[in-house]
Amino acid sequence: MFEIRIHSRGGQGGVTAARLLALSAIHDGKYATACPFYGAERRGAPIVSFVRIDDKPIKIYSQIKKPDMVIVLDASVMDVVDVLQGLKTGGKVLINSAHAKEFSGFSSGHVDLTGIALKEKLVVAGSPILNTPVLGALAKMGIISVDSAKVAIREMFSDERNVKAAEAAYKEMKI
Amino acid sequence: MKKIATGNKAVAEAVKQVIPGVVAAYPITPQTEIVEQIAEFVSSGELKSKYIAVESEHSAMAACIGASITGTRTFTATSSHGLLYMHEMTNWAAGARLPIVMANVNRSLGPGWNIWAEHTDALQERDTGWLQVYVSSVQEAYDATLMAFRIAEHNNVLLPVMVNLDGFTLSHIMQPLETVNLGDFIPPLHLAHAIDVTKPTAYGGLTGPDQQFRFRWDIERSMRDSVKVIEETETEFNKRFGRKYGFTEDYCCEDAEVVIVSMGTLGKEAEVAVDLLRKEGIKAGSMRLRWFRPFPKLDLEGKQVVVIDRDYSFGRGGILATEIMAQTREAVFSVIAGIGGQEVTYDDIADFVRNRRIGEEFWFGVSDRV
Repeated sequence: MFEIRIHSRGGQGGVTAARLLALSAIHDGKYATACPFYGAERRGAPIVSFVRIDDKPIKIYSQIKKPDMVIVLDASVMDVVDVLQGLKTGGKVLINSAHAKEFSGFSSGHVDLTGIALKEKLVVAGSPILNTPVLGALAKMGIISVDSAKVAIREMFSDERNVKAAEAAYKEMKI
Repeated sequence: MKKIATGNKAVAEAVKQVIPGVVAAYPITPQTEIVEQIAEFVSSGELKSKYIAVESEHSAMAACIGASITGTRTFTATSSHGLLYMHEMTNWAAGARLPIVMANVNRSLGPGWNIWAEHTDALQERDTGWLQVYVSSVQEAYDATLMAFRIAEHNNVLLPVMVNLDGFTLSHIMQPLETVNLGDFIPPLHLAHAIDVTKPTAYGGLTGPDQQFRFRWDIERSMRDSVKVIEETETEFNKRFGRKYGFTEDYCCEDAEVVIVSMGTLGKEAEVAVDLLRKEGIKAGSMRLRWFRPFPKLDLEGKQVVVIDRDYSFGRGGILATEIMAQTREAVFSVIAGIGGQEVTYDDIADFVRNRRIGEEFWFGVSDRV
């Protein structure tokens, strides 16, 4: 089982990112579940959502305590949340940032998802859309296939700029 | 096509395929997504139902009763305080022998103001004459909703059915969903006692002491008959669509020395605990109770029983544990866990089994010691 925790802020599409990631994994022929952690979430507040991917049906409903991977859609949450909490030794970190960040003991990758979204003019209610480009980065890291990512995006969004943004993230992603 | 859906969306999807004549509902967290989605289906024309936006849950159930008595298929959904607000009308729905189907998203009761999973809401409806099924996955939420209509509307049943899914834990989780081509799985509803303007009849008249018990017994007779209808429906569902359901879902129970009995999503998490315990040499099994009403005969003879209740009856005990203790001679370790969405992991469940104290009750999180 591969367990992923996504950190973002309310309104940035972290929950949709979890859904797209799970959907992509299902298109890869795997089993997946995506769940938001529901507390008193509100726009702008740090939130987490979870994705589990496995080769067999997933029976676990409790929260992920020891993720294999952490995705940080908004680097500013790191000022208030320990995003590495419980991350397995040698686990992966994907961060939305134009600059590389070192996380000792973990393998990390970075890509400027915000920049890509702005370039593609993927902005809703003033917020850049991060949840479709992040799939490109995840494909680059081998979590899902590029084809499944595209199928998943097209199922949920008719705007082809979302696919273009994912392709850009795939190209620009640095591990 | 492979789909992904939340538990709520899966229920709405099933309702869309079943095409009720009337849906009357009031939104409440964490059920809101069900009625939102159905309202969207109706407004886009995908679902040709009459959607009645009522001002309360009491009115929702009253509108369902009024619709159902005309012989039309009827659906509603609620949760927690919404369900409690319906209570007078839920009794009426069962007593009037109306095959209404309701999804209840299990949620704790206030105060405190808690929106998370607990079964006490539905279990307070225990004695109303509604059939109750508890599901544990998005797929099962969809499948059980479809089957609920066929069971409720069967001539030997004609009682309302409540499909229960855990708030947030299941209502908001996204999992794969395989929809079916329904075909003629659910026959058209024929309600023999439907209002017929050409044959005027009085409904709900004064019923004297010489008659009332007959109506009550009639409910119980149908409740007993529903066992066979549930079995037939689940067998037919498996034959047509290839997914098998029963009164319980048993996992490694045959040779088990200790069996965990629970309902809802905890019953799935318990299976993971069983795998852990088996690796340690503890012969554990999991029995996830699906149907709470009618309550099935459970085969627990010669086994130690650990019951997990996500509910409580003050002054008595865990409601599921109490039901099981009334039926079996085996002593029970009664665990109260998951109240108001309390986090319970498979590790915790394995601990309940490892440290079981048969004959006692344990509130998870209250005492440090299991």
